[in-house]
Amino acid sequence: MSEKFDVIIVGAGPAGNSAAYTLAKAGLRVLQLERGEYPGSKNVQGAILYASSLERIIPDFRETAPLERHIIEQRLWMMDEKSFIGTHYRSDDFNSEPYNRYTIIRARFDKWFSEQVQAAGALVICEMTVRALLRNEQGRVIGVEVEREDGKIYADAVILADGVNSLVATQAGLRKDIQAGNVALAVKEMIFLPKETIESRFNLAGQSGVVIEMLGSITEGMVGTGFLYTNKDSLAIGVGGMLSDMKAQKTTPVELLERMKAHPSISPLIAGGETREYAAHLIPEGGYKALPQIYGDGWLLVGDSAGFVNSVHREGSNLAMETGRLAAETLIELLQAGTEPSTANLAGYKARLDESFVMKDMKKYQKIPETLHKRRQFINDYPPLLNGAAHKFFTVDGQDKRSKEKEIIASFVKRRSLFGLLGDAYHLWRATR
Amino acid sequence: MHIVVCIKQVPDSTHIRVHPVTNTIMRQGVPAIINPYDLFALEEALRLKDKHGGRVTVISMGPPQAAPALRKALSFGCNDAVLITDKIFSGADTLATSYVLASAIKMLNAETPVDIVFTGKQTIDGDTAQVGPGIAKRLELELLTYVSRINAVDRANGQITVERRAEGGVQVLQTRLPALITMLEGSNELRFATTPNMFRAARAEIRHWDRTSAGIEDLKLVGLKGSPTIVSRVFGPTPRAEKAVQIDFDPSNPEAACEALLAKVLAESPRVKKELAQRLPGYQED
Amino acid sequence: MSEVKTTKPIKKRKIKLDENLLAYRGVWVYIESERGHVHPVSWELMGQGRQLADQLGVELCAVLMDAAGPALDAHCNSAFHFGADRCYRIASPVLSDYRNVPFTKALTDLVNAHKPEILLLGATTLGRDLAGSVATTLRTGLTADCTELAIDPEDRCLLSTRPTFGGSLLCTIVTLNYRPQMATVRHRVMPMPEPQPERTGLIVDFDPGLIETDIVTKILEFIPDEMRDKPHLPYAEIIVSGGKGLGKADNFKLVWDLAHVLGAEVGASRAAIHAGWIGADRQVGQTGKTVRPALYIAAGISGAIQHRVGMEGADCIIALNNDPNAPIFDFAHYAIVGDCNQILPALTRSFGTYLSKPETKVVMETAKELA
Repeated sequence: MSEKFDVIIVGAGPAGNSAAYTLAKAGLRVLQLERGEYPGSKNVQGAILYASSLERIIPDFRETAPLERHIIEQRLWMMDEKSFIGTHYRSDDFNSEPYNRYTIIRARFDKWFSEQVQAAGALVICEMTVRALLRNEQGRVIGVEVEREDGKIYADAVILADGVNSLVATQAGLRKDIQAGNVALAVKEMIFLPKETIESRFNLAGQSGVVIEMLGSITEGMVGTGFLYTNKDSLAIGVGGMLSDMKAQKTTPVELLERMKAHPSISPLIAGGETREYAAHLIPEGGYKALPQIYGDGWLLVGDSAGFVNSVHREGSNLAMETGRLAAETLIELLQAGTEPSTANLAGYKARLDESFVMKDMKKYQKIPETLHKRRQFINDYPPLLNGAAHKFFTVDGQDKRSKEKEIIASFVKRRSLFGLLGDAYHLWRATR
Repeated sequence: MHIVVCIKQVPDSTHIRVHPVTNTIMRQGVPAIINPYDLFALEEALRLKDKHGGRVTVISMGPPQAAPALRKALSFGCNDAVLITDKIFSGADTLATSYVLASAIKMLNAETPVDIVFTGKQTIDGDTAQVGPGIAKRLELELLTYVSRINAVDRANGQITVERRAEGGVQVLQTRLPALITMLEGSNELRFATTPNMFRAARAEIRHWDRTSAGIEDLKLVGLKGSPTIVSRVFGPTPRAEKAVQIDFDPSNPEAACEALLAKVLAESPRVKKELAQRLPGYQED
Repeated sequence: MSEVKTTKPIKKRKIKLDENLLAYRGVWVYIESERGHVHPVSWELMGQGRQLADQLGVELCAVLMDAAGPALDAHCNSAFHFGADRCYRIASPVLSDYRNVPFTKALTDLVNAHKPEILLLGATTLGRDLAGSVATTLRTGLTADCTELAIDPEDRCLLSTRPTFGGSLLCTIVTLNYRPQMATVRHRVMPMPEPQPERTGLIVDFDPGLIETDIVTKILEFIPDEMRDKPHLPYAEIIVSGGKGLGKADNFKLVWDLAHVLGAEVGASRAAIHAGWIGADRQVGQTGKTVRPALYIAAGISGAIQHRVGMEGADCIIALNNDPNAPIFDFAHYAIVGDCNQILPALTRSFGTYLSKPETKVVMETAKELA
């Protein structure tokens, strides 16, 4: 291939699309290569779209993007075997435009996003797997090699947006292989129900929607979370756990999901629905401490391939879009000025990330993965304790309230000891600083 | 040499994922694909082009969403792609389809004379194998179906020799060009698209022909109007009136279930009993 | 693309025929003969054709096209034995081996001359080649690979049923204001009728005026297939089939073991073949072979329509599957829910014991004495 591009982007997920769109719109010659049959074919997500990140890339996306429901209520459930204790936040403010978050169906959304990328002028080719990065004698990345005859394609810079597995970055030695302790294995199903049923079960009207995030017994002792999101005429339900925990406990994610669906608080919500999609994927959970080097001589990492996921808030796609856009902006500045994308010059990428919520949030929660992994009480003890406390509190049975209080406190102390309780509070506070 | 290949974009019923627990079919986000049987036709056309030079034009009648199938066909090395698309074509059965494709091929022939038309043996969603013979009849092309091998193309004399699968053997046929060939599955292996061809396909303009560009002369012969057959009912199979006899199976004692089953079958199914009797040692026919 | 599942009828159409089409009467079956033999699917169609003709109160006619000679005449007689009232005989040296052009011309000329309302052909390589050309020449409707043929009592129309949506559902197709109504049917879908040797009928000769020099396609040679160790599924009386539910390729051995003990043929579902566990010539189903055995044992097969239509004619269907909701249990005769990999070996032992029990032989002989 004698052709040369300004930038080659490996991957057509949200990070890759954000980068490709931004670069193409700025008039650069962009080639985007996707391993799958079509953009998004290898992607799996809940899925929640964070409007603010997409607005910064395609300000008028609401006019044409396929969106399911705009979220007006967020529920956080801490589950026990037969119960949950949780908080809900619903606001009518979330019901006025412009909406802040939406549920989406990735197959449709990714197709739309890729159409925008192509309309912006990028050349998008699917079923092209990048086998390796090409480097010049000085070691600078100058292109990629694909798994097809005559497969060397050249560019001034390469953005790796090839997802959690990031085969290319790993093969090129830019990051380590995935560690089982740094990723979660999650599975999801799409369950189809009539629109009216969803609206009546979740107290919704029009296109408004509900998001439920869950912790506790549904992950059966593993570090992980579950979710249930409302789409127009389907529910997305899923659960995941740290891969290292899954391996140790020899649970399969499918079994985990089946049991979660059978939980007495969950099964009525999905009753009568028809399951029409099943998918599984890995999610980076290592946080700030697991970030590899994110830029180098002629290359940048964006999205899941670098591990940009906020596991506390379950945010990943907005970090993907943000990092994709910021990587693109870094390159636009350099290439339009004729400056070479050397490691030194690409430091602007990290600087932009440090300024944005991306690095700030990653840094804030950098202790969480370790804390949760080492201190299992947060997953194993607190959900049942809190549920038990609530049960005692809300059961009216002739027992006087003071002794109820005493029993509740005693149960906590018994399980965690006074010292342990103080310690937990301290560790939790420290982990979120 | 100018070769035309007709392809169809069909729902991908073979790559459907099945839920590991419920065994139900997962269909969201499954793309449409090129009818797998057409790929053998495509590969054969490209091999002839490799050998004899010339061009391969790939065409399809379908909705606008069928364009990706043509683009994929281009990526293997075809020179040109035409999507024949018009609202009036929808609802077509095979007679109406062959009319539209034949009209389009006539138009292509006016641009560059067509030597061979390839179609796949049948489609995975229709299975009728009628469009190829239909096109051949309309264009008065010699028809060669179930071709497993093209032995020789004699361009000077306008002759082609092929092997055709028949009952119990293979016919070696020789006929005159132009001809329409339907390829037997398994007759070749599709090549791996090269990078330059992938690029070319990604950038290519796919021609879109409506009824006028496709040279349709009689609108009464296209789409639903031009289809002699119509689907009058779609249904799931009726479950048998009598439910299956359940034999309980206890993994710790599998023999019990098998003995129970065997006893029932022998008692209730005389034909099976008779068949098994013939397999007993020392059985002698009356 | 999401699946549309509906059991509502689409629309009841009143088929009104043009004046000239009302003259089309009679059920015709094309009798496929090559190198002296008639393909059995033709006789199966005669059986079905006889039923359709009786329902309509019209004649059943067989169409035979071949070189003149004793074979052709014998075929005509057989056609009468299988229920034909009339035999259209087209004898010509041009028709001694199948070629598309002369056969299409002969059949379409015959149809135009004698106007049948229904024309049936076997869905063989020859049948499909011929049917497609004839239907296009006659500008009429053709439904391929039908699993069921019936007559609508209201308007005398042919109702052709076949699988659709990749083999997950069935559909019924009718031909509108066009005649003849054409359909092809695969081998073994219809039962083989009993011939009645005393039946006879009328032979009508027809000459389409074929001239060899007009025909451009020449047959250079015919290479017969080697008589390799091919499976003989279509006529097997006992078949053991394996599907994806077996789990992995190695487990298919259990199917072979049971088949060996039973003296049975081995079949497979489309999924098992796509997984590469066994050769494509063992596929039972809509796009594979249709079978009508006395006993069909399905292990790890879900029972989707495209498989079902290939084997539901079996006398006795035993289904083994881990999934109690598998569709195969809707039409099997006997059901065992459990792990096939445990059940199959147990069945092999049970059948093995039964088939080599000497006492059983004695019982058989006693029964004969009593009879």
